[in-house]
Amino acid sequence: MNSHALIPFLPLAAFMINIVFGRKYLKEKAHWISILAVAGSWVLAVTALIEVLSGRKFNYDLYTWILSGGFKVSVGFLIDELTVVMLIVVTTCSTLIHIYSVGYMHGDSGYYRFFSYLSLFTFSMLMLVMANNFLQLYFGWEGVGLCSYFLIGYYFNKKSASDAGKKAFIVNRFGDFGFGLGIFVIFLTFGTVYYEPVFSQAGNFADATVQFLGYDVHLMTLIALLLFCGSIGKSAQMPLHVWLPDAMEGPTPVSALIHAATMVTAGVFLVARCSPIFSLSETALMVVALTGAVTSLFAATIGLVQNDLKRIIAYSTVSQLGYMFLACGVGAYSAGVFHLYTHAFFKALLFLCAGSVMHAMGGELNIQKMGNLKKYMPVTYFTMLIASFSIAGFPGLAGFFSKDEILWLAYSGPSPVGKLVWLMGTAVAFLTAFYSFRLIFLTFHGKFRGTHEQEHHLHESPKSMTIPLMLLCVGAVASGWVSIPHILGGHANFAEFMKPVLGHAEGHGTHAEEWMVMAISVSVGFAGIGLAWFMYMTRPELPARISQQFSAVHRVLFNKYYIDELYSFILIRPTIWVAKNILIGITDARIIEAVVNGVPNSIAAFSAGLRRVQTGLMQHYATIMAAGILIIAAVMLLR
Amino acid sequence: MVPLNWYLLLSAAVFMIGMFGFLTRKNIIIMFMSAELMLNAVNISFIAFSHFLQDLRGHIFVFFIITVAAAEAAIGLAIILALFRNKQTAHVDEMNEMKG
Repeated sequence: MNSHALIPFLPLAAFMINIVFGRKYLKEKAHWISILAVAGSWVLAVTALIEVLSGRKFNYDLYTWILSGGFKVSVGFLIDELTVVMLIVVTTCSTLIHIYSVGYMHGDSGYYRFFSYLSLFTFSMLMLVMANNFLQLYFGWEGVGLCSYFLIGYYFNKKSASDAGKKAFIVNRFGDFGFGLGIFVIFLTFGTVYYEPVFSQAGNFADATVQFLGYDVHLMTLIALLLFCGSIGKSAQMPLHVWLPDAMEGPTPVSALIHAATMVTAGVFLVARCSPIFSLSETALMVVALTGAVTSLFAATIGLVQNDLKRIIAYSTVSQLGYMFLACGVGAYSAGVFHLYTHAFFKALLFLCAGSVMHAMGGELNIQKMGNLKKYMPVTYFTMLIASFSIAGFPGLAGFFSKDEILWLAYSGPSPVGKLVWLMGTAVAFLTAFYSFRLIFLTFHGKFRGTHEQEHHLHESPKSMTIPLMLLCVGAVASGWVSIPHILGGHANFAEFMKPVLGHAEGHGTHAEEWMVMAISVSVGFAGIGLAWFMYMTRPELPARISQQFSAVHRVLFNKYYIDELYSFILIRPTIWVAKNILIGITDARIIEAVVNGVPNSIAAFSAGLRRVQTGLMQHYATIMAAGILIIAAVMLLR
Repeated sequence: MVPLNWYLLLSAAVFMIGMFGFLTRKNIIIMFMSAELMLNAVNISFIAFSHFLQDLRGHIFVFFIITVAAAEAAIGLAIILALFRNKQTAHVDEMNEMKG
């Protein structure tokens, strides 16, 4: 047994122990097992990182899962550069968030349940990133989806929470349907679902076409787009982004772990993992880039006007995920994964800070009712400020390096839509800085606008919550330092490290252009911060006047472009109508129930007739026997 | 020499008497005796065939039937006795405990 296998199986063991013994025996101590397991996984992940850094890679099967004719699937692990980065992101965030949850979930009635789901999630996510074949990836993919459903609906007696859980699950079905079809097509084409043969043979099919719905379709485009369907669902891209903001009904550590740092980035991971396939299809890459850029811009504009603390950060997540897809779409997979990695730290930090604020405010989420919290909770304020600077791309912080790399490679790369998405990405950088600091200024500065009771209650969170904040803050500052670009005197180590898996995206431009791109992205970031300062600090009456002036625009943004209403109109209501009138009214009542009730009814009628033969009088039976024998004899004789 | 048909007619007549007795009478003892009659009717035809075909196997069959009939009579009478002690009657229509 290799130590790699323990990385996912430790959290699985913790899940099993907690779910079996948690309710009766562990209760308030349930977190110990989960935290120890995840911390163990973290240690093993670090050793795996060291192994890979020293040049060793692993790809082996642990256990044969399905064997049927020529079809073979195993539980197996592929440990390479991409996997270890994901391992580090997942186990680090997971460990810190487990610790944070001890303080945040303290006294909750479902304490053991929360930790067992968190462990199950960690297990599924690790299986997802460590898989060496598509089916195990799919297993992890559905596993994390299931845990996401459990945890969004954690407060299941609250209707909005259970609805949000269902919504997340159902919306993801749409994407996963395409993902599943993608795996089928891969199997039909390559005859296997293992990564290694698929990726090494993908080049042979570069010009192959296939009949699909009566059209000749480029095979690699088809596979890439079907896989990307899964990514769209899981990573909340347009048009399946609707579930993520609602997913904020879950407890905040869940939002941080699942809906910011890890699970939602699985879509980006999938695209990066399948880069040999995506790279063969220019169309697919263009779709990825444009989907990412449009989603990014779209979510950022919604984020401008929302008032719900967690929802703003959720839209910010959607927007940043769009950024990662934008990077993958211009062929800069390593930049996308790099942003995934830095984003995990500062976004998890933002959510945990939001959780800390909620903790102090007694569950209040409306930022219009906050203000001046920096006086009461300095640690939260400071860490959240750093996270916001990081996401806004303040020079030197993590977000700056990854965002800059994406924008530069979009600008200078060979992609035909590169310049367009660069422009959109730059606009998003401005919007991101603006809404992040709007959040900071409304929450932590100015005057307190809540009730008196809330004001008395304000306090800094306990140590178990603030220590993870500080540790993540270190990540939000320093995680970008592993890959300082050449132009700033670094070596772009991350891209070099990823080169064997993800290839190398070369920017073609002069140093002057590179400086210009960097200067533009930094200055729009500062402009966004400055505008937020101007609108919410120096002239606080301005936002209300602007929203009145442009009330139509404001209304559209505030209502998230009416996408939910649109889906309700074109999808949900027709579906419910069909269910009520056709499925319940006709199929169920007239067909299924007619058959289901009709068969036993006719059998009952038949046997009621047959019962009369059984009189209980022996002589009747004897008569029947004698008659039978006579008939047989007669038949034999007269034949 | 009595021809074979006569034996067979006798056998059939005795069998029919037994069968009608079994089907029509309600007293369990009479029914039992009727069953014995049927067995013996079969014996007659066995013996007749055995004699006319010069084949000894018919005799062997008859011995077996007589043995089985004797055993059956012993057990059957014991059961009837037990039934009578429980029910105080030998009428078969009363014996319908098993009817659902």
